Amino acid sequence: MFVDARAELHAPKQEIALLANALNLLVPMSTDDGGFHGPSIEEFFPGALLFGGTPFEINRITLVRIVAVVALLLVFWLGTRRMTVVPGRFQSLVEMGLDLVRVNIADDLLGKKDGKRFLPILTTMFFMILFMNLTGVIPFLNIAGTSVIGVPLVLAIVAYVAFIYAGVKKNPVNFFKNSLFPSGVPWPVYIIVTPIEIISTFIIRPITLTLRLMMNMIVGHLLLVLFFAATQFFVIQLGGWYTLLGVGSLAFGLVFTLFEILVAVLQAYVFALLTAVYIQLAVAEEH
Amino acid sequence: MLHAVLSAATEAAEENMSPVVPELYDIIGSLICFVIILVFFWRYALPRVQKLLDERAEAIEGNIAKADEAQRKAEAALEEYTAQLADARVEAGRIRETARDDGKKIVAEAKEQATGEAARITATAQAQIEAERQAALVSLRSDVGTLAIDLASGVIGESLADDRKAQSVVDRFLEDLEASEQAAAGGKK
Repeated sequence: MFVDARAELHAPKQEIALLANALNLLVPMSTDDGGFHGPSIEEFFPGALLFGGTPFEINRITLVRIVAVVALLLVFWLGTRRMTVVPGRFQSLVEMGLDLVRVNIADDLLGKKDGKRFLPILTTMFFMILFMNLTGVIPFLNIAGTSVIGVPLVLAIVAYVAFIYAGVKKNPVNFFKNSLFPSGVPWPVYIIVTPIEIISTFIIRPITLTLRLMMNMIVGHLLLVLFFAATQFFVIQLGGWYTLLGVGSLAFGLVFTLFEILVAVLQAYVFALLTAVYIQLAVAEEH
Repeated sequence: MLHAVLSAATEAAEENMSPVVPELYDIIGSLICFVIILVFFWRYALPRVQKLLDERAEAIEGNIAKADEAQRKAEAALEEYTAQLADARVEAGRIRETARDDGKKIVAEAKEQATGEAARITATAQAQIEAERQAALVSLRSDVGTLAIDLASGVIGESLADDRKAQSVVDRFLEDLEASEQAAAGGKK
């Protein structure tokens, strides 16, 4: 539990460091000569396209999210519309995806009964994050729907509410006792442990969930933009021998695109997995 | 460099460009996305998948039950077959036994019949032999008589053609002969 808490305390620091690095990367670029347009943080604050200034503003990011949601609904609607006992290729693929959450996350961590209860939330989290992450590497979309704080924050709050609900529903006394006064610790230590536990469980958890996902996506996007903008700069604006550098940066861009796909899946998995872990800790009798 | 970072940071702060400060529309949009997907999975996709999994489990169980049933039937058939085979063996044994008995009976009957026939044939043959012996005796008697008379007539030069006389002579001779035979037989005895 201590290790957990420390890891969680450190996690946001790492992510803030990541963000600082990203800023360091992009700031000098944007102050370079006028020929090169590097990525900037402004990309995550696109102008409104529709309903500007209202709570239903639509901009590039929201549009990308809508595309992701539509794609998700389409894939799973087609995949589950006519299910047969002996699955076809597409159905197998969809089932494989759903099984990943159902078996590897929900059932493994929460058991059959609780796994089934929280399966809709975990499935939604995983696939919503996955689809919105993948928009970051899809041509013409080119930005992750999760790279703006809204989605990660909403999902983190859902996770937060879900694990507190699970704990309170199961056994409120036990839940708070386990969370705040872990057993096997001499009582004076509680003076230190309990505040740490309060912070780690009820404050840090949603923050780490949010930041881990969002920062990964922001940095991924900045990296990709940097490589492709550099390629464009080397090849078109400088030309000549610089084209070789352009080839290098393009290759890096492609490699990092593949890497981003991995990160997209991984972050979705980690988010859903951590939510399941939090719920599991909340409903556990003793830990 | 540091100055640039600071200026960028302050610039971002001035325009509220911190990526960790959420906008209201952002939250609302995300919430709507989440709710749509949640409802979709919760009410549509996952129940269907669950139903499918149940069906699949049922199908597998059904197949297992079917296989068990087939196994059971096969075993029953085998048992029945074995029983029939045993029955058939017993039946075959019984038939063989009967056949052997029948064969013995037939052989005995045939033997009996053959014995009877042989006895009958022997009896007939003996009767015939007796009859032929009688006939031969009679014929011999007359032939011997004629021969003897011819011989005697030749010897005494007198015809003994007178039948009555001849007859009596022959009879007398034969009686003598028989008497002498009997005497010989009695002597032998």
